[in-house]
Amino acid sequence: MKTMLAIISNALCRMTGRNAGARVVVSRSFADFTPQATFDIKKCDLHRLEEGPPVKAELTREQGLQYYRTMQTVRRMELKADQLYKQKIIRGFCHLYDGQEACAAGIEAAINPSDHLITAYRAHGYTYTRGVSVKEILAELTGRRGGVAKGKGGSMHMYAPHFYGGNGIVGAQVPLGAGIALACQYQGNNQVCVTLYGDGAANQGQLFESYNMAALWKLPCIFICENNKYGMGTSVERAAASTDYYKRGDFIPGLRVDGMDVLCVREATQFAADHCRAGKGPIIMELQTYRYHGHSMSDPGVSYRTREEIQEVRSKSDPISMLKERMLSHNMASVEEFKEIDIEIRKQVEEATQFATSDPEPPLEELCNHIFSKNPPLEVRGTSPWSKLKSVS
Amino acid sequence: MRSSWQYSNIIQQLTTINPYKSHICCCLYRQKVEFNYSICAFLFCRNTTKIQPAGSQLARVLSILHFFNLIGSPKGPTQKMNLFQSITSALDNTLASDPTAVIFGEDVAFGGVFRCTVGLRDKYGKDRVFNTPLCEQGIVGFGIGVAVAGATAIAEIQFADYIFPAFDQIVNEAAKYRYRSGNLFDCGNLTIRAPWGCVGHGALYHSQSPEAFFAHCPGLKIVIPRGPIQAKGLLLSCIADKNPCIFFEPKILYRAAVEQVPEEPYTIPLSQAEILQEGSDVTLVSWGTQIHVLKEVASMAQEKLGVSCEVIDLQTILPWDIETVCKSVVKTGRLLISHEAPVTGGFAAEISSTVQEECFLNLEAPISRVCGYDTPFPHIFEPFYTPDKWKCFEAIKKMINY
Repeated sequence: MKTMLAIISNALCRMTGRNAGARVVVSRSFADFTPQATFDIKKCDLHRLEEGPPVKAELTREQGLQYYRTMQTVRRMELKADQLYKQKIIRGFCHLYDGQEACAAGIEAAINPSDHLITAYRAHGYTYTRGVSVKEILAELTGRRGGVAKGKGGSMHMYAPHFYGGNGIVGAQVPLGAGIALACQYQGNNQVCVTLYGDGAANQGQLFESYNMAALWKLPCIFICENNKYGMGTSVERAAASTDYYKRGDFIPGLRVDGMDVLCVREATQFAADHCRAGKGPIIMELQTYRYHGHSMSDPGVSYRTREEIQEVRSKSDPISMLKERMLSHNMASVEEFKEIDIEIRKQVEEATQFATSDPEPPLEELCNHIFSKNPPLEVRGTSPWSKLKSVS
Repeated sequence: MRSSWQYSNIIQQLTTINPYKSHICCCLYRQKVEFNYSICAFLFCRNTTKIQPAGSQLARVLSILHFFNLIGSPKGPTQKMNLFQSITSALDNTLASDPTAVIFGEDVAFGGVFRCTVGLRDKYGKDRVFNTPLCEQGIVGFGIGVAVAGATAIAEIQFADYIFPAFDQIVNEAAKYRYRSGNLFDCGNLTIRAPWGCVGHGALYHSQSPEAFFAHCPGLKIVIPRGPIQAKGLLLSCIADKNPCIFFEPKILYRAAVEQVPEEPYTIPLSQAEILQEGSDVTLVSWGTQIHVLKEVASMAQEKLGVSCEVIDLQTILPWDIETVCKSVVKTGRLLISHEAPVTGGFAAEISSTVQEECFLNLEAPISRVCGYDTPFPHIFEPFYTPDKWKCFEAIKKMINY
């Protein structure tokens, strides 16, 4: 028995690259863990910038566990959404975020809760990082009263304070983001607006209009292109004359960032936020990332890319595994600890699912509420002249 | 099975387009193509080897011959097709007979999200069926350029809900090109296809019926089919028509509607409503998906109330067939119009207003509109929002008892 343990322990040592193998099989106190470590991160490509974000990032144990928890929660939540969709409990259009978790977690780690964020329709991850519970997100997906938008929005329409959605039309949120940045500048509150869009939306005309206004007025706007390599079924090479999305603001400085590494994203976003807060105007970040699911639930995601490609990303650059490996290899946490966290998250997601499938649907009166800002109630014309409902906002 | 009004129309068309006139058309067309060839090459360089003036003239002659032979007689072999397959068939016929025809839009190369262009890239080449980036304004503007330079442009907007970034190009550029250039230029060769209407779970951005926005715009034609046979015939008419056309396809019917559709090309005249069922008490007017609801309502009214309904499929929203609708209302004295789009400012309002001008003294009851609520298209309330058969039936009862 003892020799067997030694063998296992040695094997684990080799896997994690540590030489304190004896400690693996015995329970440890927190004092045994490395509280903080510095990691080499990939250098960002720069556009119109003399200096970029640092190539080393510091990570505390608490931060690491927090990022892990965030990313793993988003992953579990999305996999649950996938399952609920396949059971036809979630209906309609649903775009999942699994694979891209490092972007949401890294950005949130680098900005303040009072900063602003707006994104497109792949919004579940950001809704979570901006403070909405898994319960409310899943209940929104199932169209229940307890959903974050009262069950009236569905997958693409989720909001929270300082989080402006959740926008269904490709590229339409980008000018809004520039506008939010103008409000920040006008109010002089030193806040920034993170404006996200995908590689597909990067070809929409409204983006270039927004770039121009943002640069003209030096707005504190971080434009972030989450480049997951495919705009629906079209690879970036087939859709964009230049796939250097970080350069496409031309006169706006840009960064190309490894979007699968939460530390890289955090450092780059920190750099970009400092740039904006220093009054230097907008900056563009391209996060190179990958979505494991298809574009939406109706897209199996394998007709325009190979299963091998997806598998390779999963095995070589999965954001969650990467962080986990890093922490293990630096003795910042144990395998058991991660397992415990996983179990806890799984439980949390199960509970949320329970809520999202048992909470009642919103009452019919909700159909007409919140169309206009109006008090006393407004009369809404219905399917026939005598069917009228009241709208309250 | 075609009614007499259809035949009279066919005869009228045959007599107005005589061979002499079509010859002139071809000559003019040729000159125009040659004249525009450099623009065309500039706009559309990757396709220049395919756009040959002589070839396109030949194609045009052939398609006119097709027009003569086949209009109004969709005979010959038929095949069981659903609505998306009949669209594919129409596009296939067009690409085969017109070498200048090109199809482009988001994801169309691999078949499109609703499978309407499946197999066409492999059959006709990637320079004729190709993907565009996600840029609706660009797609339509580009299509106008392709069309004005003499090629046949068939653009797909992935959902009718996504058409609004292209609103300016459609309303200000496409619709007014002929007028503002004093008839020198036009983009009549442009057809814009877009999936339209409710689908059961589409929520705010995948369910809308925006025909009324475009119906306010002279210079456009707006067409909505109710099933596979109409879809193919009307789409081919739109493609052949010398005006920019918007062709909205009821997406819920893509797979649900199945008919025996002729394999050969045929056209169904635009701006002509079709009387699906003759009746004497109430006229029911609609288009697209809703026409199927009204057919059911007509049976219910007959069965439960003994009320005889005349069901009219408008088919073309702009310019619409006033005559057929008004003649029917003169006969029945009652009119119900139904569409999924919100009631206020919907196209039912235009029909209602015109009918009361034309048939005021014939009306036995106020015209009834059974339409969507004046709310954004809701997510989970869709069954409540849509003007279903019970709501229409209720409206008929009220009209009869008025």
